[in-house]
Amino acid sequence: MNIKELNDKLKFELLTKCPDSEIKKAYTSDLLSDVMGNAPDDSVLITIQAHKNTIAVASLAGINAIILCNNRKAPEDMLPAAESECIAILQTGLNQFDASVTVARALDLCS
Amino acid sequence: MIKKLIPVYENQTPLVVLELIQGHKISEIMSRNVVSVKPDVTMREVKLMMKDRGISGMPVVRQKRLLGIISVEDLLNALEDGLMDDSVEKHMSRNPVILEEQMPVSFAIDYFENYSFNRFPVLNESKELVGMLTDRDIIMHMIKVMNGEIGRLEELAKHGHHTEIGNVIRRYAVVQNDFKNAGKASSEIKALLQEHDVDRKIIRAAATAIYELEINQVVHSLGGEIVCRISDDHVEVLARDRGPGIKNIDLALSEGFSTATDWIRSMGFGAGMGLPNIKRVSDDFRIKSSESGTEIKVIINLPEDS
Repeated sequence: MNIKELNDKLKFELLTKCPDSEIKKAYTSDLLSDVMGNAPDDSVLITIQAHKNTIAVASLAGINAIILCNNRKAPEDMLPAAESECIAILQTGLNQFDASVTVARALDLCS
Repeated sequence: MIKKLIPVYENQTPLVVLELIQGHKISEIMSRNVVSVKPDVTMREVKLMMKDRGISGMPVVRQKRLLGIISVEDLLNALEDGLMDDSVEKHMSRNPVILEEQMPVSFAIDYFENYSFNRFPVLNESKELVGMLTDRDIIMHMIKVMNGEIGRLEELAKHGHHTEIGNVIRRYAVVQNDFKNAGKASSEIKALLQEHDVDRKIIRAAATAIYELEINQVVHSLGGEIVCRISDDHVEVLARDRGPGIKNIDLALSEGFSTATDWIRSMGFGAGMGLPNIKRVSDDFRIKSSESGTEIKVIINLPEDS
């Protein structure tokens, strides 16, 4: 499913333009090295790391969208960086666990 | 920075030259069969020794300990004052400027630039005199290494136009604590590999290794550089920093071990996965570290069809 379809279900706040990329899986982590090493391609990252380096890591790891949890504010330089890498940023008041559960349901990953 | 007489540290210095002066130690290029004199030898005897051997200076040594240097200039002064029967000890220059055998050749070049001496005594870790280094030694060494390197480059250039990527070298300076610019090297190399339709998995491996190396230098070092060399069949990344070095490499390579501060951890780094990640994605991984810096060399192979 693409990012727009996903967020129609999630109803999180979209902070950037919405690229038409596919989301197949999700990964939850606040350790960027862990994200870089283990996050699957074409995934959405669920994290509280709201800064520009998260974009760099996401771009390297093939992550197409980032969900910022606990309403973490994205600093000014983060959003343009995300847009130039065609990565969507979503924001939610949920914590990482609850956001992960919500995403898992939306992506139909729960068995 | 003061403009150097010998233009080898400028931004655009070719990698070959940097390797040539930083990658070799003084112990590899110094003269080992040193003619030295004992301190109780007379100036008259020294004059004969220098004349016979056609040299203009000698170290004065007692039981491998360097006491001073006696030069033609000292000899001329003694001659003028009629003191040729004095011992060398009375006329030598004490506390000479010395080099250590473990120093890189770049140090020696700096010394020749900063001091007017034509030769430096070289000491080992136990402060024993093990050799002498002259500017001639450096020139001979440079020519020898240059012959090899340029031959290699010529060989590469010959085959260069058959390839898609050719041979690309990119150098990036990394500044301590500069998180904002970390990622420049990895994203540029990533873009470059993408242009050449390299497999996505391999791009990710290369970009991950470079990014972790950048972050490592930003977080742990006093600054350094990342040099990426892309050839037909592999990407080579050389990350060199200016210290303070890794105390225990085995520990640093084990997942979860980290010396990062809380601030760095709060940024999502310093989880102790950097080096293990780099090692995992690379086809060849080499690391050496001392207080004067850490050097990591990583190779990622490019498969033939990419």
